[in-house]
Amino acid sequence: MRPAREAGRAAPTAAPGYVRRFSRTERVLHWVNAAGFLLLLGSGLVLYLPSLASSVGRRPTVKDVHFWAGIGWVSALVLIAVLGDRRGLLRTAREIDAFSREDVNWLRRRRPAEQGRFNAGQKVNAALTAAFLVLFVVSGMLLWAGERDTRFRFASTVVLHDGLLYASLVLLVGHLYLAVLHPATRHALRGMTVGTVREEWAREHHARWHAGRD
Amino acid sequence: MDGERRIGRGVFLATVLGGATSLAWGKPVWSKVSGALGGAEALVPLVPTKGWRIYTVASTMPTFDPATWRLSIGGLVQQPVSLGYDELRALPRVNQVSTFHCVTGWTVQDVRWGGVRLHDVLAQAGPLPEAGGLEFVSAEEPYVDSLSTSQAALKDVLLAYEMDGRPLAREHGAPLRLVIPDMYGYKNVKWVREINLVAQPQPGYWELLGYDQDAWVGRSNGYSS
Repeated sequence: MRPAREAGRAAPTAAPGYVRRFSRTERVLHWVNAAGFLLLLGSGLVLYLPSLASSVGRRPTVKDVHFWAGIGWVSALVLIAVLGDRRGLLRTAREIDAFSREDVNWLRRRRPAEQGRFNAGQKVNAALTAAFLVLFVVSGMLLWAGERDTRFRFASTVVLHDGLLYASLVLLVGHLYLAVLHPATRHALRGMTVGTVREEWAREHHARWHAGRD
Repeated sequence: MDGERRIGRGVFLATVLGGATSLAWGKPVWSKVSGALGGAEALVPLVPTKGWRIYTVASTMPTFDPATWRLSIGGLVQQPVSLGYDELRALPRVNQVSTFHCVTGWTVQDVRWGGVRLHDVLAQAGPLPEAGGLEFVSAEEPYVDSLSTSQAALKDVLLAYEMDGRPLAREHGAPLRLVIPDMYGYKNVKWVREINLVAQPQPGYWELLGYDQDAWVGRSNGYSS
């Protein structure tokens, strides 16, 4: 593996005392994913919750917004992956895929558990987020197609789409807590916004990555 | 790195596979879980009460004014009539508990309806023998749907003005909706303001978009049970 400080292809130099954690492609992908999810969550709740459905109304328009937001979300993610740092993203995917013995220890709260650029929890979160995205798109397209052709109609599609809503809300709440509130981890938000994190924080939380062993 | 294992893709693939196969088992399993919870899931914020979703086709829902609202019954009848809200409430009341099925897959168990039998309302106008269908016109334009006279004659077909002990809420079609438990929700026209007796049932709003004319629960729209 390459040393940590070259993680992003453009690899602009970090200020003294800071190390680069996320490339521009990774950050754009993250925030476009977040924005798309929130737009779909908002429009989806208006379609789903009776109280919101009644107060907002305009269901046909909200349905269109929800549908096209979904199409736009997936298209934007694909475009970023294709036009951005593809090799870097593939490397990131391999990092998320690979669980070292320390990662397994980390999940079991055992030692040694020095973590790479992503800790084991972040790897699980990323894998689940990607899986939920695929399932949201599949079930959403089935809901859309089933309204037009009964061959695509399944009684459980709506159960899956709703279940994904609750599952992803649980993930989102945990993610927001760790990224914004929890004192030990919230410094990570800096890495996802400007790209760099404090070196001493990296050494403490992502020792294996900081030492260039990841 | 020693002892590295490919777990990330396993988590991803297992979740996608579990989710995809739930298209085959999701609804029965959820019904069991929901039944076991006995409605406790309604305590969780965001869960719609009893599982209702509100589907509409127009940009705003009709508003109900008891002073001006009327239900008119016309077409192939001996005597067209128009009933005010109080006149409707004065007809013999029936209470009925039935399950509501939406064609998109959600179900609400044991809805307590209060209303009048469709038959009793129609008797006010006296349908002519040549009438073969009934058209239910919603105040939510352009929603309309129809039943054959034999479907409309089923004993549990109601015009409901109460739901679960309360006057029908606006989002459920206030003040009056059709209830035909054997058929999917799109036949249970909300905001009914006009009933026309016609020679044959005509395709309604969703039928024109490809839904089945005879919307029997479990036996139409691609479902077979």
